[in-house]
Order: sequence, then C-alpha cells, then structure tokens
Amino acid sequence: MPGSKAKSHPELEQPRAFKERIIGWVLLLCGLVSVVTTAGIVAVLLTETWGFFREVSLEQFLADTQWTPLFAEKHFGIWPLMAGTMLTTATAVVVAVPLGLLSAIYLSEFAADRVRRLLKPVLEILAGVPTVVYGYFALTFVTPLLQALIPGLAGFNALSPGIVMGVMIVPVIASLSEDAVFAVPASLREGSYALGAGKLATIFRVILPSAFSGIAASVILGLSRAIGETMIVAIAAGQQPRLTLDPRVPIETMTAYIVQVSLGDTPTGTLEYRTIFAVGMTLFLMTFCLNLVSHRLRQHILRGGLQ
Amino acid sequence: MSSPAQTASAAGQRTFFGNRSLTQGGPRLTGEHAFQAVCLAALGLPLLVLLVLFADAFRDALPRLTWDFLTSYPSRRPEAAGILAALAGSAYLMVLTAVIAIPLGVGAAIYLEEYARPSRLTALIEVNISNLAGVPSIIYGLLGLELFVRAMQLGRSLLAGAATLALLLLPMVIMASREALRTVPHSLREASYALGADRWQGLRRVVLPMCMPGILTGIILSLARAIGETAPLITIGALTYVAFAPNSIYSAFTALPIQIFNWVSRPQTDFHVNAAAGIVVLLGLMLALNGVAIWLRNRLQKRIYW
Repeated sequence: MPGSKAKSHPELEQPRAFKERIIGWVLLLCGLVSVVTTAGIVAVLLTETWGFFREVSLEQFLADTQWTPLFAEKHFGIWPLMAGTMLTTATAVVVAVPLGLLSAIYLSEFAADRVRRLLKPVLEILAGVPTVVYGYFALTFVTPLLQALIPGLAGFNALSPGIVMGVMIVPVIASLSEDAVFAVPASLREGSYALGAGKLATIFRVILPSAFSGIAASVILGLSRAIGETMIVAIAAGQQPRLTLDPRVPIETMTAYIVQVSLGDTPTGTLEYRTIFAVGMTLFLMTFCLNLVSHRLRQHILRGGLQ
Repeated sequence: MSSPAQTASAAGQRTFFGNRSLTQGGPRLTGEHAFQAVCLAALGLPLLVLLVLFADAFRDALPRLTWDFLTSYPSRRPEAAGILAALAGSAYLMVLTAVIAIPLGVGAAIYLEEYARPSRLTALIEVNISNLAGVPSIIYGLLGLELFVRAMQLGRSLLAGAATLALLLLPMVIMASREALRTVPHSLREASYALGADRWQGLRRVVLPMCMPGILTGIILSLARAIGETAPLITIGALTYVAFAPNSIYSAFTALPIQIFNWVSRPQTDFHVNAAAGIVVLLGLMLALNGVAIWLRNRLQKRIYW
C-alpha cells in the first residue's frame, strides 16, 4: 500500500497505534458530514416532491401557466415563477457580465500590482454584504431612482432587484475571469506583440478567446448565484407570480415564493406546504446543473485546456 | 537623475510591451487609453454603488441610531422598537454555529489534508464539498426544516437554526482550513516524526499551532457571512416578532437580518428607518468581524519564520 500514494510521507511506514486509528476514524466522520448533508438535501427534496406529485400531475406542473397554490382555485404551473426567476437573473447577468469582465481585464492587464492588491479585497466586500441589505437598497434607493427615469415602473418590479443582484455577483465573475485571463500563457501574448499587434488587439483577439472557457465558467456560476439568490427578490420584486417578460411589473421568483410560504402559517404536511419542496427541487436541479457545467469548464483550464 | 542602466531597462521594457511610436500611429494609443478608461469605469461603478449603499443606509438610519434602539424589544410603534431580541438571538446563533461548525469543519480539513489517501471515498467527500459550496442557501433552509425542525423535533429553536447555519458554513470552513494546513511545510511534519512524535502529536503540537491564524481567519470570515444569512432562517421558521431574549438553546428566536427583513417588508415607511438602523448595526458587526480577521492574520503570522 505505501508508495501508491502520490504524496508519500515517511510517517506511513510508522506502526499505526490504536489511538491513531481512532483519531483517523473520528476525522473521517467529520469529512463524511458533507456527504450526509448532500444525501440529506436530496432525500428531503425527493420525499416531499414525491408527495407533491402524487396529488399534482407533472402535466399540471409543466403545462399550466398559472401558479396559485395558496388560493381557493389552485393552479400549479411552475412557469410564472420560472419567468420571474429568469427575468431577475437575466437582468443581473446583463449588468454583471460586462462589469465583471471589464473589471477582470483591468485588474489583470492594466492595473499595477499594488493597485490590484488593494482593489481585489474591496471588490470582494460586494459579495460579502448581506443580501437583506441589498434588498433594502433595491427597494428604497434603486427603485425610486429608476421610477424617475422609467415611467410606469411599479414599486415592486423585476428590474431593480435584478440590477442590484448584478452588482452583487460582479466579484464572482471578475475573480473567476481574472483567473482565466491570468492563466493565458505569456508566450501567446508575446507572440501577439511580436506580430506587431497592439494591446487592444492582443486582448480581444488573443487573450479573451484563449480564456473563453474560464470566462464562460464564471458567467455560468454567476447565473447560478442569481437563480438561487433570495432576499433581494423577496424584498424588492413583489409577490405576484405572473407569466411575463416585462421587467417593470411585480413578479415572484422561485426563491421568493419559498420565503412567502415559510412566513405564513401553512400547516406542515399539506399540499401547500409541499409546494415549497417542489419549487426547491426545481431550484436545486437548475443550480446543480449550472454548477456542474461551470466546474467542468474550470477543470478543463486546470488540466491545461489552453494549450 | 536616474542611472543609465535604469533608463535603458525602462526603455527596453517599453519597447517590448509595444512602444507604439515605432510601429503605429497615435489613434491606437488613444483607443487603448479609451478602453482602459472603460475598464476602470466598469470596476469603479460597483464600488460606487457600494459607497452609495453605505451612505444611504447611514443617512436613513441616523434618526434612530440611539442607545435605546439597541436595548429595546420590538414594538408595534416604530419609534419605540429596538433590536435587543434580534441582537441576542444573533449572538447566541453565532456561538452555537461556531461550536458545531468548527470541530466538524477543521476535523474534515485535517482528514482530507493529513490522513486521507486517494480513494473513491476521498474523491466522494471532495466532490460533495465543492458541490455544497454552490447550493443556494435557501435549500439549506428546506433541509433544516425537515431534518432539524421536524425529524429531530428541535422545533423552531436556536439549536435548529444554528445547526442549519453550521451545515451552510461547513464547505467554507473546510476550504479555508485546508488552505491553512497546506501552508505548513512538510519539513516540519517530518522533523516532528524524526523526534519520535506520532502523526497526531505532530499535528497537535507542530502543524496546528503553525496554521492556527489561517484557520481562525477563515472561521471568522465564515461567521461574518453567517451573521448576515436570512433565507435559511426564514425557511426553518425563525419568528419575526420575538419580544424576549432566548434563554436556552431550545428557545424560539429571531436574528438581526430577520428583524431587518421584517421591518423592510412593512408598508409603513417609519419602519424602514428602523430597518436602516438595523442595517447599520449589522454592517458594523460584519466589518468588525472582518477587521478582527485581518488583525489576527497580521498579528499572528508575523511571528513565524522559516
């Protein structure tokens, strides 16, 4: 067995005492908590979603265009919640991708080392501000500001939380894109300069295309964050699930719906209670797939996908 | 007056990275400058938003930022309402979460860095940790609701809330602790084995003390994030109106972000002022925790030489 390990330490040759073995087991149990957590999430979502789909057909869930499980006349079409989520997410991505990408280019290509070391942690503060604070900001500052610019903008809308969410995910996109841009081999840059290209041509024709998979990974991760973001939309987007692509009117996202039901006094075990798990399952599957794709793209870079 | 060598190297560098006067005319230089300005603006805009956000919250909060606000319980009258219950709840939550998350997280990190051999099981644990880091926090709330509140019958208690937050923080604590463990050179472990220590003794007496600042910094930063988490606590059903401080780990509770959310979602704008004041307290706590983390890192890491 010794020697098969990549990083072989001399301690492997030591006789392992009983105490050592116990400690090893205890530490392994700590590590297994993460496996149990994942299993727990999947089990909880599956059981409750199973209960949900015994009463509501998949067809009702996917084909109906209304979501009114809390009303007398119940409809269980997921699309209004999906549309709300997509609307805020799209707004966030439209804001965050240019800002994040240009920030990454500035930090890696233009900024002096000292400036970069100062700016990066400041940028990270954006991601650390509690989302309930961003929600307050969207509702009480950004929405009134936008209402002055856009006539017909409702007090609750998809636009303002989307924009604020975009600002929140700038660090996600900037930091991962910067890693990708930084990973472009110096030889490519030098080759470009040697051919007489200026800095702009080098950035747009050489560096950005080479770093494409890493940039895509950052955008997908940002997308996933925006889909799962809760408090900003729960505060500033309203609670009216409707199938619309108009960002000016109140909507409801999947996450905001879960919050709405959790705040009410829906008795456990009822169909209304199970809806939050069905919505949660949908949310989990969406973010899980996006995270997986993003992770794969990043692995691709790490394995030297650039060459 | 710079020395000839310096001038030469500076000129050489400039030529290498495109001394455009040799090959190109002015327009491209202007284009590049314009692009650089655009990039800087793109970086500056979010930072400006951050600044405006802080300034806005402070301005709104000013009339309510009094000692009474910190020492009063919530009330139906906005001007009499305070955040004592929420502050106490957040403090209890923080301590309990730390008590649960630190041993589990640091233990898992030690296992992965020091004990694990490459195997299916290790790979499974690693994949799970990186997956969990991307799960939306509200999903943890659903897990906590079913697992802790209902299955384990802890009710909507501090303990259930802390357990939920601890699971949420675990990937962060594990990743930070692993980073810290990796900074300790292997020669130190080998030296401790050479002196006859077994693996655990080497870890406890040599490796852990060396990387403690890194681990602590990671833990404090994770806790700073946990203090602002709202969604999972709302999902497990933390109350939004609690007029008492919790007296045991089984008490019902509220927390600072939940109190803020409760005030923000009321139609009366008087309560929005309270929300702003709560936000200032929350941001203050977060910045303080971040400050402690930075201070700790600087203070403790300076003493180590190798």
